[in-house]
Amino acid sequence: MPTEQGTASPTAGAPGARINDVAIRIATANGTGSASANRLLMQSIFRMGIPVTGKNVFPSNIQGLPTWYEIRANGDGWTARSPDYDLVVAMNPATYGRDIAGIRAGGRVLYDDSRPLASELRREDVTFLGIPLARMGAEYFRGSRTLILMKNMGYVGAVAALLDIDREVVRTVLEEGLGAKKKELLEANYKAFDLGWDYAREHFDCPLPTRLRAMDANRDAILIDGNTAAALGCLYAGATVASWYPITPSTSLVQAFERYARRYRRDPDTGSLRAAVIQAEDELAAAGMALGASWMGARAFSATSGPGISLMSEFIGLAYYTEIPLVLFDIQRTGPSTGMPTRTQQGDLLTVAYASHGDTRHLALFPADPAECFELAVAAFDLADRFQTPVFVVSDLDIGMNDWVVPRPAWDESYRPDRGKVLRAEELEAGAAFRRYADVDGDGIPWRTLPGTHPRGAFFTRGSGHDSDARYTEDAGPYTEVVDRLDRKHRGAAAHLPRPVIERTTGARLALVSVGGCDAACREARHGLARDGVQANYLRLRAFPFSDEVEAFLLEHDTVFVVEQNRDAQLRHLLVAETRVPKDRLVSIRHYGGVPLGAGQVADDVLAHLAGTDTGSGPRRAGGALSGAHAASGPREEGEHRR
Amino acid sequence: MTYIRKPRVQHPSLQANEIGLTRRDYEGSMSTLCAGCGHDSVTAAVIETFWKLSIPPHRVAKLSGIGCSAKTPTYFVSQAHGFNAVHGRMPSIATGANAANRDLVYIGISGDGDSLSIGLGQLGHVIRRNVNMLYVLENNGVYGLTKGQFSASADPGSVAKSGEVNHERAIDPVLLALSLGATFVARGFSGDKAQLVPILEAGIRHRGLALVDVISPCVTFNDHEGSTKSYRYTREHEVEEVAVDFVPRRREITTEYEAGTVRDVPMHDGSVVRFRKVPEDYDPTDRDAAYAYVRARQDAGEVPTGLLHVDPGSRDLHEVMDTAATPLAELPFEDLCPGGDALDEILAEYR
Repeated sequence: MPTEQGTASPTAGAPGARINDVAIRIATANGTGSASANRLLMQSIFRMGIPVTGKNVFPSNIQGLPTWYEIRANGDGWTARSPDYDLVVAMNPATYGRDIAGIRAGGRVLYDDSRPLASELRREDVTFLGIPLARMGAEYFRGSRTLILMKNMGYVGAVAALLDIDREVVRTVLEEGLGAKKKELLEANYKAFDLGWDYAREHFDCPLPTRLRAMDANRDAILIDGNTAAALGCLYAGATVASWYPITPSTSLVQAFERYARRYRRDPDTGSLRAAVIQAEDELAAAGMALGASWMGARAFSATSGPGISLMSEFIGLAYYTEIPLVLFDIQRTGPSTGMPTRTQQGDLLTVAYASHGDTRHLALFPADPAECFELAVAAFDLADRFQTPVFVVSDLDIGMNDWVVPRPAWDESYRPDRGKVLRAEELEAGAAFRRYADVDGDGIPWRTLPGTHPRGAFFTRGSGHDSDARYTEDAGPYTEVVDRLDRKHRGAAAHLPRPVIERTTGARLALVSVGGCDAACREARHGLARDGVQANYLRLRAFPFSDEVEAFLLEHDTVFVVEQNRDAQLRHLLVAETRVPKDRLVSIRHYGGVPLGAGQVADDVLAHLAGTDTGSGPRRAGGALSGAHAASGPREEGEHRR
Repeated sequence: MTYIRKPRVQHPSLQANEIGLTRRDYEGSMSTLCAGCGHDSVTAAVIETFWKLSIPPHRVAKLSGIGCSAKTPTYFVSQAHGFNAVHGRMPSIATGANAANRDLVYIGISGDGDSLSIGLGQLGHVIRRNVNMLYVLENNGVYGLTKGQFSASADPGSVAKSGEVNHERAIDPVLLALSLGATFVARGFSGDKAQLVPILEAGIRHRGLALVDVISPCVTFNDHEGSTKSYRYTREHEVEEVAVDFVPRRREITTEYEAGTVRDVPMHDGSVVRFRKVPEDYDPTDRDAAYAYVRARQDAGEVPTGLLHVDPGSRDLHEVMDTAATPLAELPFEDLCPGGDALDEILAEYR
């Protein structure tokens, strides 16, 4: 992808111009309504047919604390987070200092010059674009709330003019959002937009050399967040019971499920609901309710984040041992403990693999974007039913809460749920032998019955030691028989889980391996590395336990860079523990400061390792490229840059 | 256990119920509790109740948590599906199960450790949600399986077998349930099966959560002098304040009572709870009055028993959520998946 002005690109314009390769950051205060203004900008760029991402870097707060929104538009489709901003919209005086310091040399800052900027904030290598938003707004609008909202629309207008965003597209998106009924509000928004738009065109060199131009890349795409997409997956998989406890960043998943259930799950005659959404008293109860519903044969799920998984662990072990399907969405956030609730991380990889005491292991699926959240949510219910065990769908805050441009999922009308091995009333009536925990088919998967179907299907579900006939036992033999079969069942599942996504280059001896939300940055880094003469294959895991295909891929490379977003190299740990790959071939690349991964971070670490400036490949090395700048957290990511 | 059938002996005394089953058909495996345990008497009352109500065994879901009480579901209705949950968490399993299949009969057996300590939160919330189930709390004031520690229902001043005196306040499940808005609250005594059975019958037919606190003495660790949960103490202090009969839907009421001494409260399914012994100043359908009355009797040193409160207007979880009449777990996939056109319609909003 193009990195500097003038670099050849399919979308390059006149010399000196850089078309459709823009990163901007908008700094505001939480609770000022800026989220809808920022989304309007992003959505307008999407409607112009340009690949785009928006990353919300927000505080755990309702009102007042600083918040940032980052938009990256890229005609070549590279949409990982880019912290190398061409334009910073600084609307929060409380963060002027760090916002202005964070702009790249040659970049621009748009700020409200209704009040003068402190001289110490000035930088020689940055262009300051002052616009009197508050002053202009005060001439047209009344009321403090209105003034704040209209100021937001004012900067949208100015940014649109600077980047050459289609004014008509913005107006259309705005009208769709507000609805034609709210004519007065719509007119006020148009007016505020034009104040910014007109002022920018009059006073600045609009458009900037770094600007946008309509394309046609989004014809079959949608703009959606992962939690909504996952909720739709649950709806389409036939889930009927959702139990949950509110926790950022998973809350919107169950809320979306409830919203769509209320629309699409009504009994046509009575209007009653064909779904139950229960807000539990805590995550322990949320897990218990989903488990109880699954026991009855309903497709049930819960959605939570790391702290909730900790609380659910008791029931996760029970579900594992009693072999009851259980679908859990873990929308990871920054840990440990409460951590940074509104920042992203992949800190639960080890937890979900082995959650709960005793010998337990679980199936886990790892979507990389909202389209996969939809796909893997459906798959999770089939796998949970097929293998009668907990299945985690492991997403994160970046995937779950940010809007992504993804291919529009289509529904396969021939899909029917795989409910696994369930003995029905007719089969029991006909005298089918039923031994709840016996391996009658040699695949480690027993048959189950659903309560209420037939007297011959009755048995006692218990978390205490049991034999192959579900009877209580404290004897080594019968106990071991069951737990050994469980192990066979789980290892056998690996071949039936979603396959990894692999990209190859002929002759490459290096590889990148990543998971989930690291994908966009890894693919972009791989592309950039290839341009620098470093050829690497790429594998993105989509499931745990790992299949033979994963192991074979690891074994065929001299060096495998394992890219993930946690401190302790959890994915690398899993690969070392669960495959035969020699440990020293796995080089860890980790960034875990709470913001989405950038391609530059990955490529820099790979190059540093290859150049030998890296201090080692162990997961716990101190110093070197992984401490300090690369692990930067928070909004001021010095040292991060876009390749 | 479930799979070992006891030898079937046809005996004239084995009376069949409306669906042709005898009491034997509602039994479970042999109890492994201590001889004389109050819980076994409760189990006998449960067996009698299910038999009397002619409930098909496989339409019963029996649940428990952990502890001595949690063992008892294996001792009744062997053809029911059982679920031994983790400690204190039976209510959430029952809630989810009931949400998924509203047509089964749910009975949860818990204890004072399981419900009032580790499971106090889940007990409170299952009451709030008014899940349609019979919730039996076998209350002995002590942890039996771990050998005699006080539970949260142990009264202040009561003495453990070890001689230790309890100084902490007791949690009373009856008062707790009343204050949380429970729609059916009763207290029984494992030593009085005649009183307990109609309460359990009414509890099963009640639409909503029926909490039945049963004083069920622990013969091994809490049946000594100084215990307030012993057989002797309970017999000496129990006062049956509110005696009830349960009149099933199909049975005609034939017994004659003196005018003004009985009060009938209809249940959702057409059966009737007949209060035949209620103090003059006590209205069991008035929750606040019930609370005040029970509180006053307890302050006077009595252990008031009977069906202490019933709310005839009870609305269970499903009525509140307005869920479909067909159990969610039985809905065909065609009724659940909105289909491709609907997905296109939904995703058109994400442009």
